[in-house]
Amino acid sequence: MSASAPAVIETSGLTRRFGDQLAVDHVDLAVRRGEIFGCLGPNGSGKSTLMRMLLGLLEPTEGSARVLGFEIPRDAERLRPAVGYMTQRFSLYEELTVAENLHFAAQIFGLARRRRHARVDAVLSESGLDRYRAVRAGALSGGFKQRLALAAAIVHEPRLLVLDEPTAGVDPQSRREFWERLFRLAAGGATILVSTHYMDEAVRCHRLCMLRDGRRAAVGTPAELTGALAGRIVEVRVERIDEAIAVLATAPEVASITQLGATAHVLLAPGGAPAPEAALALRRRLEAQGFPAVTTAPGTAALEDVFVALLRGERLDGRREGDS
Amino acid sequence: MSLLARLQGSLRRVVAMARKEWIQLLRDRLSLAFIVGIPSLQLVMFGYAINLDVRHVPAAVVDQAGSALSRRLVAELEATHAFRLKTSAHSEAEAIRMLERSEVGVVVVIPPDLDRRLHRGRGAEISLLADATNPTVEAAVAAAGAGLGHVLALRMQPFVTGEASAALRAVPEGRTGFGPEGELVRAAPIRIAVVPFYNPERRTPVFIVPGLVGVILTMTMMLMTALAVVRERERGTFEFLIATPVRRTEVMIGKVLPYLVVGHVQVALVLALGAFLFDVPIRGSLLDLAVGAAVFIPAMLTLGLVISSPARTQFQAVQMAFFFFLPSMLLSGFMFPFEAMPVPAQWIGEVLPLTHFLRIARGVLLKGASIGSLLGELAAIGAFALVTLALAVRTFTKRIG
Repeated sequence: MSASAPAVIETSGLTRRFGDQLAVDHVDLAVRRGEIFGCLGPNGSGKSTLMRMLLGLLEPTEGSARVLGFEIPRDAERLRPAVGYMTQRFSLYEELTVAENLHFAAQIFGLARRRRHARVDAVLSESGLDRYRAVRAGALSGGFKQRLALAAAIVHEPRLLVLDEPTAGVDPQSRREFWERLFRLAAGGATILVSTHYMDEAVRCHRLCMLRDGRRAAVGTPAELTGALAGRIVEVRVERIDEAIAVLATAPEVASITQLGATAHVLLAPGGAPAPEAALALRRRLEAQGFPAVTTAPGTAALEDVFVALLRGERLDGRREGDS
Repeated sequence: MSLLARLQGSLRRVVAMARKEWIQLLRDRLSLAFIVGIPSLQLVMFGYAINLDVRHVPAAVVDQAGSALSRRLVAELEATHAFRLKTSAHSEAEAIRMLERSEVGVVVVIPPDLDRRLHRGRGAEISLLADATNPTVEAAVAAAGAGLGHVLALRMQPFVTGEASAALRAVPEGRTGFGPEGELVRAAPIRIAVVPFYNPERRTPVFIVPGLVGVILTMTMMLMTALAVVRERERGTFEFLIATPVRRTEVMIGKVLPYLVVGHVQVALVLALGAFLFDVPIRGSLLDLAVGAAVFIPAMLTLGLVISSPARTQFQAVQMAFFFFLPSMLLSGFMFPFEAMPVPAQWIGEVLPLTHFLRIARGVLLKGASIGSLLGELAAIGAFALVTLALAVRTFTKRIG
């Protein structure tokens, strides 16, 4: 992957309205070939709507998009053979067996008989579904349904894979395996657009787009995004941590506090003193309130801090609103 | 916890549930329409269409006498309002062909020697050949015939000569034919003989089963395709499907094809059961019926596709299907004689494909008619199918939202 790789997805001012509500609000994106591009945002921030527009399943109200060189939604039908889509809800046929579902998907993507059999066998063994090939999809557990859905989405070897919250409700072990498969697919040349709620998954993306209220709030590598919060994190260790947090919350320099066990992870408000000074100020404040044995130290930002900052309305993109 | 507290808690949950259901109901316009519309429809249709005094049965007259007296008799017939003189035929054979094609429900045959027999006091007989595939029509014709015979007996007294009563004889038992019979002489100078055609025993199953073929096809074909599409949407599988290269016409045809087979299996099943259980005759060619079914089934399937487009849930699809199903049951001539319905109801009936399929099914099965003589009915179903197909193609979309 390099910055000069051709864009697989390019949008400009992409907008979708439902009634008088803006689900996606003038989003500009460029997703490069071979990268795993994450879409992060709270529920209702427009992730699914954005993906559906890129797939040509929803008409944009405004703006334009090119996906794999095809003008969307005009050429959506020509795009489809090259795209795999995994919906948020399990969207295969519960009455059909695992193998029947995969054969159905392969047939509908127009795979010829021999290639179809080869591909179905291949994805069955890659996904560890071999033993379940004759099991009805409806009888599978959540993790295996997810494996089946991914298998069905890649049975035709798409160049672009669109995954809408693929790991929602799946156990950590299955999620790990799932992401390992994604990396193998990306290494094989596929571009992957994935939305998620999980920070540990978001960190693994090559690049991320954070959405808030349908708007693009930030785009960058996880390191770039957390880097924007450098010098704004203070870790506080103290006994009676919950009482201490109540005190810290009233401090003007504090933007938000996340409790991590016995530690308070503090995000400082933007434009304040640098972290070492702020750490000192916070310790003094706690000691003044009679807390013994307070230790404070500058910390490193996590993606979750980026998320919190965005929810507070900060812009970390380096671009002002209205820029294109 | 005390019993009272538990009861209270339970009551609270019940009230909360009921409230929630009520709000949902009030916000669902289709459910409301269903609640209000179906009883209204039923009321209107039952009120008008269930009309057991059959009136205005279309009649063909074969006036072999062609005299002033015969014309007067025809006028009397018409004055009963039981018949509506639709056409006149030159021969009985021609009139019976009309009966076969269901163009008329009854044929009035006036014998050539009407005047002569009457004036000689030998008594004349007018035959009413009634289409008894529908026993209600036959019964009505019989009742009207008997009533008219009685009235005519009084009115026609002046024509009867004195000797008539002396020549009184009994009617021979077990008559099979119709028309003038040499030895018919009785107190009433004119006898109206009603001959039940096609269904001499006037058995209801003979009438109902061919109709049932159409009714069952209407219900299942329409509903099954509609549900098959809506189920995809409800379960989320539609979103997977529309993101694939499959074309919408492919989806539509693929959905419909299995039911095309199902429909023909249903036809065979109903006919077999009808034949075994009720001795329902199969007088015409099954191939002719299959031709009718091959046009009727796609009409119902495409209608199912049309329904599936606005329906968001399977429940809604069932509700919408009902709006079509109910008029089909009541206004097609399945339950009530078509001729007995008021004219506006007949207009609606003519639009419904079931009306035409019933005529084909009854014509072929009970009257031995060929599909060639029922091409008009076939064309009407075909036209309906084309309209629903056009609508389905227009409304069926591969987009969401």
